[in-house]
Amino acid sequence: MGRLKTIARRTFLIGSAAVIGGVAFGVYTYRKPAANPLEDGLAQGEAALTPYVKIDADGITLITPRADVGQGAYMVQAALIAEELDVRLDQITADPGVPSAAYYNGTVAAEGFPLAATDDGLIARTGRGAADVAGKLLGLQLTGGSSTVPDAFEKLRVAGAVARATLLQAASAETGIPVDQLSTKDGAVVLPDESTLAYTALAATAAGIEPVQEVALKDPSEWRYIGKEMQRLDIVAKSTGTQEYGIDLQMDGMVHATVKCNPRMGGEMISYDATEAEAMRGVKRVVPITGGVGVLADITCRAFQAAEAVTFEWGEAPYPADDAAMWEQVAASFTADHQDSRFKDEGDVDAMEVAVEAEYRIPHLAHAPLEPMTATVLLDGGRLDIWTGTQIPRFMQVNAAKLAGLDAAQVHVHVLVSGGSFGRRLEDDYVLQAVELAMAEPGVPIKLTWSREEDMAHDFPRPLQMARARGAVSGGQVTGFDLGIAAPSVAASQLARLGQPAMGPDVAIVAGAWDQPYRIPDYRVTGYRVPPMVPVSSWRSVGASGNGFLHEGFLDELLHAAGADPLDERLRLCWHEPSRRVLEAVGEMSNWGDALPEGRGRGLAFTLSFGVPTAEVVEVTATERGIRLDQVYVACEVGRVIDPVNFDNQVKGGVIWGLGHAMMSEVTFSDGMTEQLNYDGYPGMRIYQTPEIEVRALETDALRGIGEPSVPPAAPALANAIFAATGQRIRELPLNKSVDFI
Amino acid sequence: MKLKVNGTEHEVDVEEDMPLLWVLRDELGITGPKYGCGIAQCGACTVHLDGVAAKSCQVWAVDAVGVEVTTIEGLGTPEALHAVQAAWIEHQVAQCGYCQSGQIMLAASLLSDSPSPTDDEIDDAMSANLCRCGTYPRIRAAVKSAAAKLQEA
Repeated sequence: MGRLKTIARRTFLIGSAAVIGGVAFGVYTYRKPAANPLEDGLAQGEAALTPYVKIDADGITLITPRADVGQGAYMVQAALIAEELDVRLDQITADPGVPSAAYYNGTVAAEGFPLAATDDGLIARTGRGAADVAGKLLGLQLTGGSSTVPDAFEKLRVAGAVARATLLQAASAETGIPVDQLSTKDGAVVLPDESTLAYTALAATAAGIEPVQEVALKDPSEWRYIGKEMQRLDIVAKSTGTQEYGIDLQMDGMVHATVKCNPRMGGEMISYDATEAEAMRGVKRVVPITGGVGVLADITCRAFQAAEAVTFEWGEAPYPADDAAMWEQVAASFTADHQDSRFKDEGDVDAMEVAVEAEYRIPHLAHAPLEPMTATVLLDGGRLDIWTGTQIPRFMQVNAAKLAGLDAAQVHVHVLVSGGSFGRRLEDDYVLQAVELAMAEPGVPIKLTWSREEDMAHDFPRPLQMARARGAVSGGQVTGFDLGIAAPSVAASQLARLGQPAMGPDVAIVAGAWDQPYRIPDYRVTGYRVPPMVPVSSWRSVGASGNGFLHEGFLDELLHAAGADPLDERLRLCWHEPSRRVLEAVGEMSNWGDALPEGRGRGLAFTLSFGVPTAEVVEVTATERGIRLDQVYVACEVGRVIDPVNFDNQVKGGVIWGLGHAMMSEVTFSDGMTEQLNYDGYPGMRIYQTPEIEVRALETDALRGIGEPSVPPAAPALANAIFAATGQRIRELPLNKSVDFI
Repeated sequence: MKLKVNGTEHEVDVEEDMPLLWVLRDELGITGPKYGCGIAQCGACTVHLDGVAAKSCQVWAVDAVGVEVTTIEGLGTPEALHAVQAAWIEHQVAQCGYCQSGQIMLAASLLSDSPSPTDDEIDDAMSANLCRCGTYPRIRAAVKSAAAKLQEA
């Protein structure tokens, strides 16, 4: 690794600040100063510091501003700091910090314009809009787009290294021993006589020292944490029932609340009658809020029961009322005036001799994290406190302030661990509802908990999509591929709710399809924007989550029409070396080409998303009772694996997520309302359905996130395997509309 | 009514048909059992009634009277782990972790019934609970590991 000097000049300026009883180290933002969230005790002029390391007499706190929604983000961020700070992971506390523009997600905000063609995260899509959005993004403290590791990798290590170097200086100042005779170990400076000075005891002295700017980052061969298996910081708490989630929060005087809003999302409440509900035991009040009511009670259970006793007259849905009407609107959008993008247009697909034509459909899908939406809010005088699990603390702070008529500085967001998200907590609707309730009951902490039914009815699903595809084959090869995809815009829907503009084409409509590394003589991918229908949102792997199925399902059709081997022909078509490597690896892992017994089949699919080429082979058996999933092989070129356990969890979790939804999940609408209101109607994969999954990481020096890229190839690999086993080509999800699974 | 939870007697004044889950969470402040669905689909609320796994969202408070109720907090603690919890830590099963209290209670109940379950028996039993993060491969490994540890003991 190079000296920090180079890095620092390009990207980072390191600072420190005195805080009460200690010191905070951090990185100055370099485009636009942002107010320091650790403002207590800060000197004038140090407002641009982004603190990542705080040391005082109480201990060492590493600030990990990217949200942990189960993906291990706290662990990864803490490990990067600890690596250079030279502390043991059991010596530190990870703290998500407070919302601050200082914690902007710099992967895209500062380095990402124009964004890599392969990145289709929310921020990337936003960034494509217009240059003036960039300024706003500088304050974008957001978790998503598989961006945590790329954003944090240098920034957090540098913060750790500078803190360590400055603590060495402090020890030198206190002892008179030159720095080159000092070393560090496990949160302490080691003196030549092997006695130690704890960092915590040096913090006050360190606060008075100008932070060292030129530090060498460790050579990768010296890494103690990065690339090694680590024990998650939260693993004991999460294995003993002692992890506190938002839903578990208890406070003195707390009132428990739930809401019931128009199940036609965004529809109004015309009238309600809460007479019966308000007479029920434990019920304090029923409060009208935007689009529905909140029920305040002594405990959550009674709030849930009372909400069921309120009767309503709901307004109509502000969108087509059922799936038939929605599909009609989608089908009508394959027109020039709805064309949103044509980023891929090679050769002349209009002149090709069409061999195969097909139409594909994929449904709305809910996020449905197991912990329903919940937020605790206390409005007390001019101060609003919010405790919740969120991926967007900064947006939430601004939106909550606006609603309550406060300045953002008067809103204090306390980020809690989330029981899953999958993109759901990129919204702040549930928090704003809790703020409305708090405004009705100032001075009282109100914990809002959604019922599962309320959660499913207001999930902001992934949009439905339709594809119309045509292709050509010749001489055993795929020669033409023309894919049109019609979908509503997630970016427009979601950014509008965040109060942000969305301009230009929505890359998500074609992400994971237009940007695939194949060289096909006539090759075109067109996005068509369906006029807004149901409000939609980012869902694990966003646009690529569905487009992987559309692209790779249809490509498999063409490969078979050409009489080509799906692996060999993909390799022939693929120009991108890392992508070729993962295809070759998954071929080797799965013994691709070896004969399988009658009734068994292998399916291959590949998607390059979030910069991570990922190839998957699914093996199935067609039994008398239905399709059984036997085995999955995954190869991906992920860049650097920070923690092999977390990597394995994210890849396998993504495969299970992708397969389970492809097999049996859909959200449909009737009379404007979601028809699947709980896990009985919206099942996820169960353990008995889960195949063995073998994962191989091809590592490079690149930096990528791994929370999403294994999702897109899972559905097409399964559909292609079913075709291989049965000869049945399925072009609509979920697959159980066409076949049974066991 | 009187409820015995994790060895401690509690007097609670609740409706007879209040789900045990909410008595535990909101009346007694025992929050290890989680609310996920309320209709016996996810199993995040799994506790033991006289040592047998049950979905506490489906158990009326009155039906828990006279029964030993054990929650994840009563199974073991960070300082004194149950073998299943130790295996869950060793295999780093949890991602978001929200379902894991229920998964652990279900696994502990399975292993007290069937000390060395086959792979199919593990899948059959553990299919009662749902994990949205997809931790199933590690759940399988952790159950086997816990079974082996309990056999040694």
